[in-house]
Formats: sequence, structure tokens, C-alpha cells
Amino acid sequence: MNTINLTLEVWRQSGPAADGGFVTYEANDVAEDMSFLEMLDLVNEQLIATGEEPIEFESDCREGICGTCGVMINGKAHGPEKATATCQLHMRKFDDGDHIVVEPWRATSFPIIKDLAVDRSPLDDIVTAGGFIGVNTGSAPDANLIPVPKETADAAFDAAACIGCGACVAACPNSAAQLFTSAKIQHLNLLPQGQAERWKRTEAMVETMEQFFGSCTNHGECTEACPKEIPLDFIAYTNRDYVKSKIKNRKLAGQS
Amino acid sequence: MATTMSRPKPEPISKPPRQLPFPLSLYQTAVGKKWVMALTGIGLLGFVLAHMIGNLHLYEGPVELREYAETLRDIGTEVIPRTWFLWGFRLGLIAMFALHIHAAYTLKAMSVKANPSSSVLDGTKKYEGGQDFIAVNFAGRTMVASGTIVGLFIVYHLADLTWGVLPWVDYERGDPYHNVVSSLENWPVALLYIVANILLAMHIFHGTWSLFQSLGINNPRYNGARRAFAGSIAAVILIGNLSFPILVQAGLVDEDNCTAPCGITGEEVEAEEAGQ
Ligand code: HEM
Ligand code: SF4
Ligand code: FES
Repeated sequence: MNTINLTLEVWRQSGPAADGGFVTYEANDVAEDMSFLEMLDLVNEQLIATGEEPIEFESDCREGICGTCGVMINGKAHGPEKATATCQLHMRKFDDGDHIVVEPWRATSFPIIKDLAVDRSPLDDIVTAGGFIGVNTGSAPDANLIPVPKETADAAFDAAACIGCGACVAACPNSAAQLFTSAKIQHLNLLPQGQAERWKRTEAMVETMEQFFGSCTNHGECTEACPKEIPLDFIAYTNRDYVKSKIKNRKLAGQS
Repeated sequence: MATTMSRPKPEPISKPPRQLPFPLSLYQTAVGKKWVMALTGIGLLGFVLAHMIGNLHLYEGPVELREYAETLRDIGTEVIPRTWFLWGFRLGLIAMFALHIHAAYTLKAMSVKANPSSSVLDGTKKYEGGQDFIAVNFAGRTMVASGTIVGLFIVYHLADLTWGVLPWVDYERGDPYHNVVSSLENWPVALLYIVANILLAMHIFHGTWSLFQSLGINNPRYNGARRAFAGSIAAVILIGNLSFPILVQAGLVDEDNCTAPCGITGEEVEAEEAGQ
């Protein structure tokens, strides 16, 4: 088994209001088959053994599907591998002797909880504002009762792939959450099941987003950072739907 | 020992404003403002393109350039008094500039607020350890700077060739050819025009791609062409606009290189024509 030795510079911050700073750690004998998070686990075991406070970071599934993990690795959200969440990034992508800077996501609306863990609950607020559809409860409807064209199903599925990790906000120079919000809006707006609330949803989710995040300038940095490669196209669809929603919702409210 | 910390939920960084009546309510939101930026950007782009093409009359000579300038003043004289159309056009341009710039600065302020520890100047700085950009290009990151410098340059350009108030230019009303040559003959001025137009081209390069996204113009069939289209427009405008200072500096356009008697003023041409 190949192992490598690394020097880590990790952001340590004891709490939301505390001053933070980089602390340097040596990570030796890191197996190349470890994931980035397992490498941090290894460092933490050493820290615990010497009585130091372990590095706080978040993770859950560790298979790239839950969106809990995520740190800036050498200035890139989720690290250097394209379409890969931090938990799926393997140490074989690094070389022996590498110097790795690890920093938390940064955005005013992602306050640091501790070390590398940030509070991403504003993303939940955006989904709460309109990321749902209304259905009748009771017995499960028959499968394929509502026909969905293949292209539509594929596009909606591409949007639904968003795991809500927040890397798009982290990577965006404006701290805009346009990619996340657009993915969550279009996932439902594209499907027949999402039509009833389409215009209310678009208006509510965009306006909630704007209370927390910056303004998109179409840099495209988000898509590059996104572990699911959510395309920028959804942002265009959302910009279009938003202006339509302002017109339609006005009509719904009987103001025309 | 584990300790329990209670934290407050992140508060919104801006409260939604009281909604104004319909079309105005769009301008209260960032997505709506981007629509305004894109639409005014298209208007300004059209102007810059037409302005560049019109100025190519310089290469025909002083009389033709002057005639072109006069034609602009004459548009619409069948219906409205002379120069009214030109003034309406100018007011439209001023309104577009005002909206474009206001939206630019308010949106920038919003993004600065959304970033921890950033100033208006480096609103893109977020990471203590630095950020390694993958997609963001220089043109995109410097839109506010390039826009601001272009805006200031436009004021200089107006003072130079429209108002004619700069002491180092021998300004003669009604003789644009002479004025252009007299201004661009000074190499610092030529340099200023070159730098400002490179910045304008950068601004247009990112802007022309960006506006498609802002307006939601997205069709898988043509998406690939958007960057190329932005590049071509920026290149055409850049080449045309740079040709003026460069050719004047190179001595290919000067007072001797004219089809009409050189050094004559617009009034003299008019008098000559009237006398024939
Ligand atoms: C002749 C002059 C100008 C032209 C042709 C022009 C053109 C454009 C275009 C087409 C866009 C794209 C709009 C969009 O993303 O939807 C844009 C964006 C922008 N413009 Fe201008 N503009 C001009 C002057 C200015 C000035 C004077 C400023 C002053 C601050 C400015 C600041 C900006 C900013 C900040 C953006 C947003 C950039 C982004 O979304 O990434 N522009 N411009
Ligand atoms: S769009 Fe991509 S980067 Fe953004 S939250 Fe979803 S999965 Fe993460
Ligand atoms: S821990 Fe679930 S996506 Fe990384």
C-alpha cells in the first residue's frame, strides 16, 4: 500500500464568534486509498491521542450523495477533482510532500460553527419557501399515471441531482446561491407535477435566496465546483421563470 | 467533555423591501435588476457598435465625416425640428447609462454584503488562503472596474470631441475630422483611448455572454455559440475603435491626408458649397 506524507494548513476556530487562524499539521503515512475525510480522521486520532481538540468537520454518507461534507481544499471547493464531493476525493490525487490548505466555506450567510463546519441552514430556508408540490394523500397513485416526456424527465433529474452541499455558494465570488436555488426550482418547475405551484414557487424561492446571498454575475464558477455538475442552464431558466412569475402572480392576485 | 453550544440561526442579510407596483417591483430584486442591466447593456452595445461603424467615415475624409455628423442632426427633420431626434436619442442613452450604472453598484453592494470581510474594491475576496478560480475570467471579475473606467473615459471623450473644452485640443465646432486628429495626435491621449477601449472590449466580452443568461435566453442548440458571439462582437468593436488612435499616431490619418483642402473648417466648407 502506497502512503504519502503531507503538510496541512487547517483553519481552526473555536466557535462562531471566536477569531480563527491557520494551524499547521503534519499528516504522515496517509494511505493513498483514503478519502480526504479519512485523512482528516487520521489527523484527528493523532490530535486526540495527544490531548488536543480534534478538527471539526461535517460528513454523513461519505459516498457523495448527502451533501453534508465540503471544505475548501487549496482554494477549490471540494478540492481539485471535478464532479467530486470532498468525501469522494481520494488521497491518490495528491503527491507525497504536498502542502494542502483547508478552509471552511465562506459566505456571510454560512457562519462558521467551529473549525471547518458552517451553518448552511439558509439553503433550507430557500427550499422551505417553495420547494414542494401539493399532492392528495391516501393510497399511492398508479405509476406512470402522469406521462412525462423523456427529455423533461432527464432535465428534471439533472436538476434533482443537487445534494445541497453549498459548494456553489462557496466557490462563487459573489456568494450567490443561484445554482442551488435554480436546481431546486427547476427540478419541480420542469415536471407536470410541479406546475400548480410553479409561479409562486419561483417568486418565493428567488426572493428568499436574495435575502441571504449575493447577486449572480454569470461567472460559472459554481458549476465547476459542483460535485453534481449542475449546469448553468438552470440559472437561465430560473431568470426567465422569475420575471414570468412576477407577471403571473400579479394576475393570480387579481391586479391586472 | 462535550459542551452544548446554542447558536442563533443565520439572519437574512437584507430584508425584503415593501413591494412597489408591478413593473417597478422587478427592479427591487436582483434577478429583475439583472434584466435591466442586460437590456440597457444591449442598448449600449448597439450604440457602441453603431458609433464605431459611423466613425469609419473618418477614413473617407473631412468632408464626408462632417456630412455624416450633420446627417445625424438631420434625422427626422421631416416630422420634428432639427436635432430633436438626436436629443431624444441622447436622453435615451443617458437613461440607459443611469440605470445600468445604478443596477451595477447596488448589485455589487449586495454581493459585498454576502461575503465576509470584503471591501467594495475586492468584493471577490473570500478566502484567507486564497481562491483558485476555475471558470472565472479576468473580464468577468473586473466588470465594475472596467465599467467605471469606461464611464469616466466617456466623460473625457465628451469633453474632448463633443463639448470641445480641453485646452490641449484645437477644437473647431463642425469639423470633427480636424478635432479627432488634433486630439489623437498627442500620444498620451491616444494611449488613453487605446487602454479605455481595451477595457470596454473586456466589459463587452463578459457582458455579451452574461446577458443571455440574465435574460434566460438558453437553447441547447445555440448555447455553444454564445461565447464565440461575445468574443466576435468584442473583437469587432475593439479593432474598429483601436484603429482610430493607432492610425492617427502612425501618421496615416492626418491633416494632409484629406480629400478636401486641408485645414478648412466646417463653416468654410459650408460657405464654399453655398457659393457654388
Ligand atoms: C458603453 C458602455 C457599456 C456597455 C456597452 C456595457 C455593456 C454591458 C452588458 C452587455 C452587460 C451584461 C448585462 C448582463 O449581465 O445581463 C453589462 C454588465 C455590467 N456592466 Fe456594463 N456596459 C457599459 C458601461 C458600463 C458602465 C459605465 C458601468 C459602470 C459601473 C458598467 C458596469 C457593469 C457591471 C457591473 C455589469 C455586471 C457584470 C456581470 O453581470 O458580470 N457598465 N454591461
Ligand atoms: S448546485 Fe451543486 S454545488 Fe450547489 S448545492 Fe447543489 S450539489 Fe452543491
Ligand atoms: S458526506 Fe455525504 S456527500 Fe460527502
